[in-house]
Amino acid sequence: MLSKRIIICLDVREGKTTKGIRFQGNIDVGDPVAMAREYYEQGADELVFYDITASSDQRDILIDVVENVAGNIFIPFSVGGGIRTVDDMYRVLNAGAEKISVNTAAVLTPDLISQGARFFGSQCIVLGMDAKRVGKSDRISSGYEVWINGGRTPMNMDAVEWAKKAQDLGAGEICLNSIDTDGTNLGYELMITSMISKAVSIPVIASGGAGKPEHLRDVFIKSGADAALIASMVHYRQYTIGQLKSYLAEEGIPVRTLV
Amino acid sequence: MIAIIDYEAGNLRSVERALKYLGLACRITSSAEEILSSDRVVFPGVGAAGKAMEVLRSRNLLQVIHNVIARKTPFLGICLGAQILLDKSEENNTECLKMISGTARKFADMNLKIPHMGWNNLSIVHPHPILEGIDPRVQFYFVHSYYPEPAKQEDMIATTDYGIRFASVIGKENVVATQFHPEKSGREGLRILVNFSRWDGKPGHFDDSVLGV
Repeated sequence: MLSKRIIICLDVREGKTTKGIRFQGNIDVGDPVAMAREYYEQGADELVFYDITASSDQRDILIDVVENVAGNIFIPFSVGGGIRTVDDMYRVLNAGAEKISVNTAAVLTPDLISQGARFFGSQCIVLGMDAKRVGKSDRISSGYEVWINGGRTPMNMDAVEWAKKAQDLGAGEICLNSIDTDGTNLGYELMITSMISKAVSIPVIASGGAGKPEHLRDVFIKSGADAALIASMVHYRQYTIGQLKSYLAEEGIPVRTLV
Repeated sequence: MIAIIDYEAGNLRSVERALKYLGLACRITSSAEEILSSDRVVFPGVGAAGKAMEVLRSRNLLQVIHNVIARKTPFLGICLGAQILLDKSEENNTECLKMISGTARKFADMNLKIPHMGWNNLSIVHPHPILEGIDPRVQFYFVHSYYPEPAKQEDMIATTDYGIRFASVIGKENVVATQFHPEKSGREGLRILVNFSRWDGKPGHFDDSVLGV
């Protein structure tokens, strides 16, 4: 049976992991390759690196990180943040990433999705989407709106419609982040995850809000997500991936076996 | 030396990275001479069957693949590389390499997410040296919309369930092929690559001196 995936999200700025592992209250700015390796060994199913480097002249550092990760861990990983052109995609994929994630640039230039799918195949193109609950209106029939620029700019676009359009353009997967639940540790936004999961036939990754193992169970059982993104609950060592998987397996959710 | 056949098929470098990490000498190549003189051949692939066959034809690799398989060189197909070893593919209605009889079919169940993406189990139908030592509980990483359907039961080595039960490992004589990506399947995936590097190309022959590490 196909396993539900647990994907670890690593934020990278200028080649360093920013949400590093916390030791006695200090944020340790981590080495992304070492962290990737640790999660690989713990049994992560997949990794995502979000490049939050402000300036584009630092991109070469990211490429080095991607190459290093690719040479040392042997599970799929994707890279997002600042990818605006097919050439950006090519560099990251060629350095060894499995997939690239586009968010703001895809909203501003939807053709980026179709170009990427044409050049590299749909399986390489993940649509990242930040959605916010705003209430139903004529333009926003689902009640959830797409925001860009890291959740700072509302686009007056319906999240479910955008998911469907991205699928038609050739996206192979959707990583749906809820602005409302992100960083709260109170659980995923089940409603929008469920709506998008039903509306598209490509896999959906739920993101934003994971704080407890029960949150993963709920998003898999109640919203039909294919994968769940987690960050702080493992970065701060509250849980190991093994603990999360044991819990999910006991709850009857198919997860990848660790041996 | 393991030759990785170069036909612009996406995941060549992932396979190369995994083999290098394992300390196995390998080379990405489309040279007939290098492929024919190698000890083993890996035939990876991501993308569409039609385009893949076109590139193989334009690089004069069709005959090279036939010849290297006829020489009994151990040969490992991966993903698209598994599908196009068959007679044909429903993808772009493509005539393929005909090294194993059968067809690559599209997943037809509308209730399933396509592509089949993620980690899934194997059920071994016929034990094979490349699966030696694999824990039956573990999963492997898949990403595909078409699946191999070998015509003969004997060419089916392992199956996987995704709406239907499909052949996730196929093989015949010195040819073996996985629909999943061993190079992206964690430690157990790497074990398959190591097994392949020690396989002499004889199916069903478990040579303890080779595999007993």
